[in-house]
Amino acid sequence: MTLTAEDTGIVGRGVNDGARLFREWFQELGAAAGAGRPSAYVFVMGSLAELLRTFDLPVVFPEINSLQTAVRRAAHEYLDQAEDYGYSPDICGYVKADVAAQLRGGELPMGRIPKPAIAVYTNACNTYIKWAEIWERMYGIPVFTLDVPGTRAEGTQTWPGDPDFDHDRRYVEAQLRELIPVLERVSGVRFDVDRLREAMGHTNTLVRGWRRVLELNASRPSVFNALTDGTIYLGMANCFRGAAEGAAYFTDLVEEMSYKSARGIGTLTDEAWRLLFVGVPCYPIFRRFSELFTEHGGTFVGSTYLSFASGGASFGHEYDLARPLESLAEGLLIGVRDAMDNMFHQTGPLVRMTDELAADGVVFHPIKSCRTVSTGLADARRALQAARDVPSLFIESDMMDRRVVSEAQLKNRIDAFFEGLASRRAQASAAARPSGRPAA
Amino acid sequence: MSYAAGVDVGSTQTKAVIVDEARRIVARALTSTGANVTRAAEESFAEALRAANLEEEEVEYVVGTGYGRYRVTFGNTQVTEISCHGRGAVQMFPATRTVVDMGGQDTKAIRVSPGGEIQDFCMNDKCAAGTGRFLGAAASALDIPLERLGQRALEGERAVKITTTCTVFAESEVLSWLGRGKKIEDILLGVHQSIAARSAGLARRVGIEQEVTFTGGVAKNVAMVRTLTEALGVPVNVGDDSHFMGALGAALFALDHVLAARTPARTAP
Repeated sequence: MTLTAEDTGIVGRGVNDGARLFREWFQELGAAAGAGRPSAYVFVMGSLAELLRTFDLPVVFPEINSLQTAVRRAAHEYLDQAEDYGYSPDICGYVKADVAAQLRGGELPMGRIPKPAIAVYTNACNTYIKWAEIWERMYGIPVFTLDVPGTRAEGTQTWPGDPDFDHDRRYVEAQLRELIPVLERVSGVRFDVDRLREAMGHTNTLVRGWRRVLELNASRPSVFNALTDGTIYLGMANCFRGAAEGAAYFTDLVEEMSYKSARGIGTLTDEAWRLLFVGVPCYPIFRRFSELFTEHGGTFVGSTYLSFASGGASFGHEYDLARPLESLAEGLLIGVRDAMDNMFHQTGPLVRMTDELAADGVVFHPIKSCRTVSTGLADARRALQAARDVPSLFIESDMMDRRVVSEAQLKNRIDAFFEGLASRRAQASAAARPSGRPAA
Repeated sequence: MSYAAGVDVGSTQTKAVIVDEARRIVARALTSTGANVTRAAEESFAEALRAANLEEEEVEYVVGTGYGRYRVTFGNTQVTEISCHGRGAVQMFPATRTVVDMGGQDTKAIRVSPGGEIQDFCMNDKCAAGTGRFLGAAASALDIPLERLGQRALEGERAVKITTTCTVFAESEVLSWLGRGKKIEDILLGVHQSIAARSAGLARRVGIEQEVTFTGGVAKNVAMVRTLTEALGVPVNVGDDSHFMGALGAALFALDHVLAARTPARTAP
């Protein structure tokens, strides 16, 4: 498809603006590091960025820093350094890259990050807790674990108004009330509920947009590649949560995706196969990994990563600004629970995505260095196969460690997957013809 | 008469098969792959042409398969060995629903439809445990020619338990069992059982449906056939051309193209 002059002003804007904002984000972190300003280290599943911003604390996402070392093909240097320091090759690559970055005084390929003054995190990933202990020992900083109740069993989630939900919400809110004086002490800034309301308002705009963007990928052709473009949007959803820039970015992104959807502008000239991605991307060969699918006309229309790694922002829960702390607790509970559900109770989300996005196939991508997201994938695949007649591919590599990424092995499996998809479509087409003969 | 060919460039050996339009094998050839993959493919194809007494121009379509498929520069297209082994196995044993292919560095389990299309597949990841290379390491450690390995293993009575999952460490484990006075035959039987167990695990992942057909170079090994049968708990088909199943499947996909050019017919993936 040839783009018009009008198209070129809007199509691709989200990717370009995302790249610019990301550069500016790291420049600001570099400035904070240079000035010796205290920062808050957080994680993508429950960052509480809205609250932390009200204390003027720059927010650092070590997971994003680490994956950027892989995208920029420098991860092996960081992993090697952490392993030389004593970490096992088998543990989380994000942790190891961060440890090496800390040993280097915060130096990363994208710039320098400030040291932490506090770490705030949830129990969404058990590694978060051990990871924060490393900083606690390195820097003698306070760490704060928010214990967010997850789903007890698939389909048993409770919602506002239900007594069980209100118990859970109060439990989270009490922890937030404990956190606030700690943040005041670390930052030297008094808590200002109006600033919190303002930040929460920006998050409302952001999550509303994020959810709409994900919905718009049901368009044919799909309006963005959930693996490549989607990861850029995801970065924006995390880094600019609670910020005016984030709200503006997602407002623009909804406009772009709506524009593309209305005009049938997709990501590929010929979208032959609509795919779902389950797991964490293969960052050491990020672009190439996607090409192994797009070369066959396959595009990822959906990804569980965009849900769990956005801390549940994809769910679209909006805060009630009239009762900010209570609503912040409610949002944290719903968001983190949804993030965990997209890892641990995947059958429901996968079936829904398969149906809503009209997926032709599902790619499960367990990774060596993250047991949290990988352990249940084989079971999730079986459950999906039982629920829907959709072909799936199970391929393994890693999010950080190129030593366990074999492009030749991946390509072989991916090629065979597409051969199977093509055979299946040919058979279905033949069965639909009166003669029952396959087409030439 | 029309002809089509498949060239399967594997990690250790390159195989070529030529079929006629009645899907009969008219020639087969086998060479070592070596370092020059393209040359191995060319030599294998040339040898098959000589065996069939055909000129290259008489073969209307060539499909490359195996890890070196993109180096089959004279080929018309490429198809993965996963699809090719499935297709070849169903051609040789039409009731095949599960294929276990054991090659030099890959072992794969494939579930196929009655037409030979891939339903699901699973392969060994990241290491060569449970593949032909594992047998090669044991043969090297015990100084026994690879082709005699199976027969010696069948003489084993009390198989030792090989626990390592690493091909490199398997060699040292074999030597340690020798040092502890175990019989070579018992060690070899243990090696075969270890590989069979891993391969059966792959097959269970895709779901074992009968009939099961065993393909690849290792299917020539009689002990492997027996231990795999025991591990799967069902009989396995093994043909004289098990070694050539990937090349045969590739040739059949090539023939699809030849026939499709004449009449509406099934096309290669």
